[in-house]
Amino acid sequence: MIKVSHINKSFEGTPVLKDINASFEKGKVNLIIGQSGSGKTVLLKTIVGLHQPDSGDIWYDERNFTGMDAEDRKDVRQEMGMLFQGSALFDSLTVEENVRFPLDMFTRKSMEERIERVNTCLVRVNLYNVNKLYPSELSGGMQKRVAIARAIALNPKYLFCDEPNSGLDPRTAIVIDELIQELTQEFCMTTIVNTHDMNSVFGIGENVIFIYQGEKYWEGSGEDIFRCDNKELNDFIFASDILKKIRDL
Amino acid sequence: MSFLFHIGRYILFVKRVFARPLKPRIFFKKVITEIDTLGINSVGIVFVISLFMGAVITLQLAYNIDMPFIPRYAIGLGSRDSIILEFSSTIVSLILAGKVGSHIASEIGTMRVTEQIDVLDVMGINSASFLVLPKVVALIFINPVLVVLSMGIGIFGGWIAGSFTGIVPGADYIYGIQYAFVPFYIFYSLIKSVVFAFLIATISGYWGYYTKGGSLEVGRSSTTAVVVSSVQILLFNLILTQLLLA
Ligand SMILES: Nc1ncnc2c1ncn2[C@@H]1O[C@H](COP(=O)(O)OP(=O)(O)OP(=O)(O)O)[C@@H](O)[C@H]1O
Ligand SMILES: [Mg+2]
Repeated sequence: MIKVSHINKSFEGTPVLKDINASFEKGKVNLIIGQSGSGKTVLLKTIVGLHQPDSGDIWYDERNFTGMDAEDRKDVRQEMGMLFQGSALFDSLTVEENVRFPLDMFTRKSMEERIERVNTCLVRVNLYNVNKLYPSELSGGMQKRVAIARAIALNPKYLFCDEPNSGLDPRTAIVIDELIQELTQEFCMTTIVNTHDMNSVFGIGENVIFIYQGEKYWEGSGEDIFRCDNKELNDFIFASDILKKIRDL
Repeated sequence: MSFLFHIGRYILFVKRVFARPLKPRIFFKKVITEIDTLGINSVGIVFVISLFMGAVITLQLAYNIDMPFIPRYAIGLGSRDSIILEFSSTIVSLILAGKVGSHIASEIGTMRVTEQIDVLDVMGINSASFLVLPKVVALIFINPVLVVLSMGIGIFGGWIAGSFTGIVPGADYIYGIQYAFVPFYIFYSLIKSVVFAFLIATISGYWGYYTKGGSLEVGRSSTTAVVVSSVQILLFNLILTQLLLA
């Protein structure tokens, strides 16, 4: 479980996150939803320690992440896997080397064992015969899957995904969503996913947090969302006409 | 204000760059790759420039001191000292600042804006050191080699120009380049080349590392990297010359 309490963060005097409190449960896909620019990426990057919060605490199970120095954080970091908004594969490395990278850096396994682990991860995300290709030779959806494979290579306890299905067609988006959900349950990870895709909210949202202009406005499950009466959340969810019609049915 | 900000952040950056590598074997492999991409790929340009500049330096000297009481071999001597003292270390480093500096800054800048550096940071890898230290080590190793190469080719270029135009007979030139030779000059040049290599790699790495935005900003960082490292090379050239030759 990951807990954040009273997180504040501003850039050059402009507040981006305002007093965020939330807990993200183990074995579940926790969603952070909100409009573009609402602060989802900043919140996720603050949780993983890429941004230092101005105030507040972040707890990884019983460990206070904000109170640790870089050396102590290393242990927690090796239990994290992260998928970035643009995949962020190393473009000078092949697919195999990308997925092998965390294994090369943090394990003492032999080359055969590492490659075996790479192949297991690639199969897990349904990729075959791509080991020797470079990221630029893959489609966007395949890049996302390679990035997921890299993120799970070290068997993380915590998985973070920043808009895993942005820029993908609806079908591929669902495949990626389901993959994230399956992996979360299979390895009992604490997964946090940023999204503004309503399909994901209804499909895999077990615990949803709605951020509006840097503040937490609502929290609940994917099903509750239809019944909520928070105005900003309703405006956000029912922005499209189709969804409005479905609601009014 | 912004000047002081960059100096402060640069110093902190360099401190982070000089950390012990996590996996020495991976570090060593990266150094070898960098020697290839940064150094070996620059041999061609160093060769061409040194050959032509050596030739021009010799011709210039010959035409400008065309006086009966100055012996012809003095031209060989003059060419040699210009090439060894100033041309090979400073000019070659300036050219490398353009070629290698823009390469380093755009490579690291691209990694920054596509969040590849964030990937390293999330894993708990010291990204500054992981990305920049192999380049610093490779360049410090290869730059003196390029400079020595440039000295040889530059002097050879002078010999070709002198003999072919007939303005400095080959034998005089050969005599001149051996006359009153000061080995310390080569050492002086090598020290400069090591310092310049350090400046090029760290300054370009710095500008790339702190790129913000998108591909436009990557281009901007890479230009800034070249300009700043060139100016620093000129500044340190002055300082080192005063320190070492005074
Ligand atoms: N490094 C930074 N420096 C200054 N401001 C920043 C920085 N990162 C983000 N911001 C600002 O914080 C706000 C929230 O940005 P963020 O990237 O978190 O949005 P988001 O919810 O992830 O949007 P999207 O869905 O488009 O990815 C924006 O107004 C942005 O300009
Ligand atoms: Mg975002």
